[in-house]
Amino acid sequence: MINEIVKLVSPKNLETFFQDEQYNDDLVVVRPTYLSICAADQRYYQGKRKKEILDKKLPLALIHEAVGQVIYDKTGEYKRGEKVVMIPNTPIEKDDVIRENYLRSSKFRSSSADGFMQSAVYIRRDRIIPIGNIEEAIGSLLELCSVSVNAIETFIQKSHKRKNVIGVWGCGSVGYITTLLLTKCFPESKIVIVGTRMEKLSYFSFADDMKMITELEPNFRIDHAFECVGGVKSADAINQIIDYINPEGTISLLGVSEEPVDINTRMVLEKGLQLIGNSRSGYSDFKKSVELLQDKQMQAYLSNIISEELEINNINDINEAFDKDVNNEFKTVMKWNL
Amino acid sequence: MNFGGILAGGKGTRMGKTDLPKQFLMLGEKPIIIHTIEQFLVSPAIDEIVVGVPENWIDYTKDIIEKYCKDDRIHVVQGGQNRNGTIMNICKYICENFKDNENIIVTHDAVRPFVTQRIIKENVEICKKIGAADTVISASDTIVESKDGEIISNIPIRSQMYQGQTPQSFNVEEFIKQYESLTDDEKEILTDATKTYVLKGKKVGLVSGEPYNMKITTKYDLKLANLMLNNLRSEEE
Repeated sequence: MINEIVKLVSPKNLETFFQDEQYNDDLVVVRPTYLSICAADQRYYQGKRKKEILDKKLPLALIHEAVGQVIYDKTGEYKRGEKVVMIPNTPIEKDDVIRENYLRSSKFRSSSADGFMQSAVYIRRDRIIPIGNIEEAIGSLLELCSVSVNAIETFIQKSHKRKNVIGVWGCGSVGYITTLLLTKCFPESKIVIVGTRMEKLSYFSFADDMKMITELEPNFRIDHAFECVGGVKSADAINQIIDYINPEGTISLLGVSEEPVDINTRMVLEKGLQLIGNSRSGYSDFKKSVELLQDKQMQAYLSNIISEELEINNINDINEAFDKDVNNEFKTVMKWNL
Repeated sequence: MNFGGILAGGKGTRMGKTDLPKQFLMLGEKPIIIHTIEQFLVSPAIDEIVVGVPENWIDYTKDIIEKYCKDDRIHVVQGGQNRNGTIMNICKYICENFKDNENIIVTHDAVRPFVTQRIIKENVEICKKIGAADTVISASDTIVESKDGEIISNIPIRSQMYQGQTPQSFNVEEFIKQYESLTDDEKEILTDATKTYVLKGKKVGLVSGEPYNMKITTKYDLKLANLMLNNLRSEEE
């Protein structure tokens, strides 16, 4: 089939490419239905990545958060019309120790491989999971959930057992989903969201407490923390966590920064802290996320952070969606009709 | 049920000196018609596909379908004397094998392999809503009418002008009824299937096409299509 693929060729400049796809029985053809814009996509689109990165990676189809419907599977394993989430990470080797999302050889869509802005995605059958009754627009947030699941699973394995208070820094979409999942995973713990803007913090109704970064009491303490800030404010957030965290606490880092981040390592040493990097996710994280989202309450909470849903019928609509996303509080979801 | 009707009845008289009808020429690594069939094969809006080809090319068509995209949902029938004749043969096949007065046929030129999933889906939707659908793009050039080929007789308002593409979609039984109501002379003149509807005062809805949903009828078109498939940008590098 001749596939239409929309690629970013230079900042803010999208073009349609055509690709003659070759089908084989290892593949399933999925038509994307709902795609969600991530900050990483937006950095490419706005040209905020370094020039050498853009020169190397473009043209590139963006978007790594998407659900779709199976439109062709010759083996019959998946039914026509079956709703599935597509996993953007594609491992090309197996490793008994290192997880698929940390293998340097893995391909990741909208980074080292084309993303989901395609008319049809020819995807390996081990890279899709049926989503059952999850609404498709909400399903487009599953990738984000899976990243939080991945970070929380790592945290469970590597942190010490005292988990009286867990702090989450960052009131964006990653902070929202991480806080929500932590309340589910640790019902006995006090989950505190720490952010910069009260109008965004007020969305976090499920958190046990919410605090502004400027109003933390001197005796405020946490046992562990999740940093979901990223960007230029990463250093401020991480160093504030280091100030308020109890000794031997674990700091799970999820925020992406273009530049190296200055960290108060002296106090990391003195307190014996553990900093864990988290990035992306794999099959098992998606599987768990799909299970968690079968719960209608979880779906309702997630639907609250879909700031805008836009129908995409042409490239101009995509440009508009990316432009509007810049001013949206949380997620911009594209209903894909290309 | 919704049917894809792939119109490949032509013998490629406009393509210059070639023995193979144009729909069977290679585009990239597959014949043009296979690319077109594949678009319909993966479309969730389409249940079955019926391909109308010249009688002498039926076995050939079956062979290449077997080779490139074998699927029980693809049927091959003999084409007609002209475009509408081919559509009629396909419609009759559908009536004989899948009798239902709700059947919709999305007819499409075999030589337009760049048709998109959106266009196919919207054809079915508009056809269900309005009764028939035609795929068009806004005219980018001014249309000039001349009845004698020497003097301009009219220049219609460009914003009201569209260029017709395919698919064109119809209710199968309604199409047969309309076509059979035409005289033989009318059947000769009416090369466009939707025109039969318009002449009889029936509504035909518009589906927005794409500039690249091009018809490959000349060697130049084929060269351009191959360039598109290999991506013009990488060709420049």
